Amino acid sequence: MDYLISVISIAGINIIMALSFYLPFMTGQISLGQAGFMSIGAYASAVCTVKFGLPYVPAVLIGGLSAAIVGFILGIPALRIKGIYLLLLTLGFGEIVRVVFINIDYIGAAAGFPGIPYQEHTLLYAYGMILILIVFFNRLRKSRMGRAFQAVGSDENAAEVIGVNIIAVKLVAFSSGAFIAGMGGGIFAHYQEYIEPFMFDVMHAVEFIVFTIFGGIQIFWGPIFGAFVLTLVPEFLRFIQEWRMELYGALLIVMMIVRPQGIISLDSVKMVENGLQRLFGKKTAGGLSPGQTESK
Amino acid sequence: MIFQQIINGLMLGATYSLVAIGYTLIFGVLGILHFAHGEVLMAGAFMGLYIIAWSGLPLYIGLPLAMLATGILGVLIDLLAVRPLRKDFHLAPLLSTIGVTIILQNLAVKLFGGFGTRFPDAIGTTNYQVGSFFISSVNVLILGISLFLMIGLYFFISKTKIGKGMRAVSENHMVAGFLGVNVDWIVLITFGIASALAGAAGVMIGLSFHAISPFIGLTFALKGLVVMLLGGLGNVVGAMIGGLILGLAEVFSIVILPTEINLQDIFSFGIMILILIFKPTGLFGTRIRQG
Repeated sequence: MDYLISVISIAGINIIMALSFYLPFMTGQISLGQAGFMSIGAYASAVCTVKFGLPYVPAVLIGGLSAAIVGFILGIPALRIKGIYLLLLTLGFGEIVRVVFINIDYIGAAAGFPGIPYQEHTLLYAYGMILILIVFFNRLRKSRMGRAFQAVGSDENAAEVIGVNIIAVKLVAFSSGAFIAGMGGGIFAHYQEYIEPFMFDVMHAVEFIVFTIFGGIQIFWGPIFGAFVLTLVPEFLRFIQEWRMELYGALLIVMMIVRPQGIISLDSVKMVENGLQRLFGKKTAGGLSPGQTESK
Repeated sequence: MIFQQIINGLMLGATYSLVAIGYTLIFGVLGILHFAHGEVLMAGAFMGLYIIAWSGLPLYIGLPLAMLATGILGVLIDLLAVRPLRKDFHLAPLLSTIGVTIILQNLAVKLFGGFGTRFPDAIGTTNYQVGSFFISSVNVLILGISLFLMIGLYFFISKTKIGKGMRAVSENHMVAGFLGVNVDWIVLITFGIASALAGAAGVMIGLSFHAISPFIGLTFALKGLVVMLLGGLGNVVGAMIGGLILGLAEVFSIVILPTEINLQDIFSFGIMILILIFKPTGLFGTRIRQG
């Protein structure tokens, strides 16, 4: 039972991280720096609780805010570039953050930061935050800002022509993504009780991208689903223990060949919504995404 | 002293160049980031190790065999994980090559253990004394082989028919197809060549560092990416020169920068970020029109 709870808690943190990648991704910004933001949040919140004795919730919030500030600063040069260039910029950023933490003795340098107070209700806090994020993303889909996000994501020039302030949209998306990642890092730090810079390397940032693309990039349910399933799959594959990572890799390749849009697409969401409608006999809100026209 | 550092820097840089050329070739021809390229290098290092250590073959046979093996590995990666993908999902190749990375790395840990393996001295190391400094035969060999491979590749791309096809495909897939270039075939050859070069780089890393582990892939992959950017995306000559520049810069940064703090690690990424902000086309210009 404890084991199951710990797996589901880790899955919750992974969901938060996948969503933190998805938010800037909606505006076409692919970030490999989410592990870097996560480490900033983890270290900032750990410093708050260990060195200054702050309670858990404000500490995690401060973690998120510090990541958001760094995200805003990094977001400015990120405005000018996109695609593979942005991928490389955020990759370099993540590595630099890691090396900086390795060299700061105040937070334990390469030896790591021990003695972080354990939060026994991590499961509640993590899934509470996911719930808030789901409400947020759902409202974002129908809001003016959300439509601007989608416009910038599908065609930047066209969005600019019709009067979307793309600089504001991209900066907001990028730093909010960093904020979410920082909070995820804070929750992670108080669950693990011990953090070290190596926990936040490039391969982890890659993992968050894998969650998102595997789950589906058309709607926010994709990253949630992808992170949850891909955290649990290696656990379920334990009966083939020895080969589970190879299978996991093969699964990724096969998925991309068979269903490159990810498991959850807009159609599948609509199917579920229609099903719910029929079940409860009432209209569920938000059946249409901004990208879809009413006539369909 | 200075001369010694220059030799060391060029040797390190030549390895970076070989990795970066692979990246830039594949990026040029397919427009994708081949994430598993570092693992191909790692595989090459281990193949070199086993071919040379087990069969006792000399380096000049072992190296081409290792290159052949990684070339085949690259072709397999293209056939199994890149070609079956639909072209309209531009993130799919990134994810499927991440899958290849996971598979190769875990297989390597299973086969060779998670710790470093000693690389045998394939060639008797002799130190030549020139004036007041020493050059080891390993240095000379690595530099020589890398330069030979790079010059060979340059002529291959600029003079042969396949090379012409590669340039045509990287200019425009569809038009190249119309003009009778077999695009799939060219992509396959590009994967083979890029992977063979990475395999050569892996063997040379084994020769110069004397130890390899299943985790060396990522380190050199990241350096290769920095060099690709430094030289300009898709620019093969840029990648060659960029690698040498980065190698020299890293070696001299160790001499110049204070050693109390571990700055060397962020040095190359610092360079990369500066380039991205101020000159994203690289030092020698990109060959790709980025949309």
